[in-house]
Amino acid sequence: MGSDVIFGQYIKGDSVIHQLDARMKIIIAILYIVIIFLAHSVSAFILLIVATAVFIIMTKIPLRLLLKAMKPLMIIIIVTAIINMFWFTGKTLLVKFWIINIYLEGIINSLLIITRIILLIMATSVFLTYTTTPLKLTDAIEYLLGPLKVLHVPVHEFSMMMTIALRFIPTLIDETHKIINAQTARGANFTSGGLISRAKSLIPILIPLFISAFRRADELATAMECRCYTGGDGRTKLNVPKTSCADWIFLLVIIVLGVAVVLLNTFIPIYSM
Amino acid sequence: MSIVIKAENLNFSYPETESTPKVDALKNISFEIEEGTFTAILGHNGSGKSTLAKILCMILESQTGSLTIMGKDVNSENITDEEIMDIRKEVGMVFQNPDNQIVATIVEEDVAFGCENLGIPSVEIRERVDNALKEVGMYEYREHPVAKLSGGQKQRVAIAGVIAMRRKCIIFDESTAMLDPIGRKDVLNIIKKLNREHNITVILITHYMNEASMADKILVMNEGRIVASDTPEKIFGDPQKMWDIGLDVPQTTEFLYKLNHYGYSFPITVFDPEAVAEIVSKEFSSVE
Repeated sequence: MGSDVIFGQYIKGDSVIHQLDARMKIIIAILYIVIIFLAHSVSAFILLIVATAVFIIMTKIPLRLLLKAMKPLMIIIIVTAIINMFWFTGKTLLVKFWIINIYLEGIINSLLIITRIILLIMATSVFLTYTTTPLKLTDAIEYLLGPLKVLHVPVHEFSMMMTIALRFIPTLIDETHKIINAQTARGANFTSGGLISRAKSLIPILIPLFISAFRRADELATAMECRCYTGGDGRTKLNVPKTSCADWIFLLVIIVLGVAVVLLNTFIPIYSM
Repeated sequence: MSIVIKAENLNFSYPETESTPKVDALKNISFEIEEGTFTAILGHNGSGKSTLAKILCMILESQTGSLTIMGKDVNSENITDEEIMDIRKEVGMVFQNPDNQIVATIVEEDVAFGCENLGIPSVEIRERVDNALKEVGMYEYREHPVAKLSGGQKQRVAIAGVIAMRRKCIIFDESTAMLDPIGRKDVLNIIKKLNREHNITVILITHYMNEASMADKILVMNEGRIVASDTPEKIFGDPQKMWDIGLDVPQTTEFLYKLNHYGYSFPITVFDPEAVAEIVSKEFSSVE
């Protein structure tokens, strides 16, 4: 049941991108997002589309799955595109109807914005959510935020909370199913009635779930104490993250891409936004 | 052999709360546990056995009496946090619910958790984790997500976590209670192996009589007191006494005991079903 749930959208694989150090992947993803925002001309966008396509091919993730990630954002993309198209004032008027003026520049602009949004989603999917396990991401974030410990930010505690949350999600999902089955067996009805009565029918699920979650938390705390857990100080790690040659090559490629985008913006400014 | 745990007149009561009255969980408990032995603690629900386990792990603190673990007086006023930590490094506990004691999502990460807390260097943690996983037969599962394992497998991972910390004494608090028969058998075999081959002191809290029969010594608890403390042969040698306090004896003992009512004189403290079958068939074939 719940144990089959995959969190985030991690897709198992052994590609180069899968094997990159999670810390480097976070840095690369952030840089890449910045680069996508830097792009202003059609030429720069074409370069980025090609680069992203290459990254996608490298992950060996089926395109179908990547497109699935877009689905929930489709409405936002369409609305943004339409608004941009109608409100943009350019030089070449294409359609004039009542108060609506559509310019060629408007259409190109919306296309570029759509491309930008799609590229942003692809970049984070390819480098982070699709190719990095949530656990590695958590560890990497803990490492990257490490310097904040000096300012007494509880970085380790947050990452421990994340780890435990990830660990218990399948357990609690299983438990929810059990409670639903138990309450259904006792005559509870979760599927009919209006919105309010349905919301009310969730109470007999949520209360036992919360009680059991608190009991689990209590037992887990005892178990952790028994295993000598005293917080983040003085802890070591089983798997120490290591940056390999590939990590640095990737970083270099991204930096080169960034420079190229800036140059293309300046020297080949076709339909600049 | 040296004494690992020595308890004298321990008392513990849970304080009164709004909904529950004060409960005296332990009343004048005294016992000794020797290094490398296998002790079973028997008792039905509410007999105080889990409370005792928590005190031995220093999750709870007994109110009166003295408790010496690994030569350190745990109940004294001036015990430091460091000394408590030192004892925790030596005394581990495996709990009843396999789900609620596993911290990490990946098997090997969880086994490493205790070692990481102790600040052991990564290379050594890797070695300890691999060895511990091989010991419990879960090495092939080292990169599996914990959520997909069965109860017995999770419990073996939990045991591996304790082994990796190289503890001298392990307390199993009804660790087999939530497992299916196969899972129970696996876990029990590992417990036996740890005790026999690695000389780890084992304290097994259980209400399965056949599990208790494997021990060197049994402590029987009833309503917060230790009512009997002896070898399995002596404890189960008097089934009526066990039945009187609402506990049971191993099925083999009950079977032989009831046969003896019909005029036979079988030794009732044989706990291995195969051995019982042999004794009984021998007796019956000689009658013919």
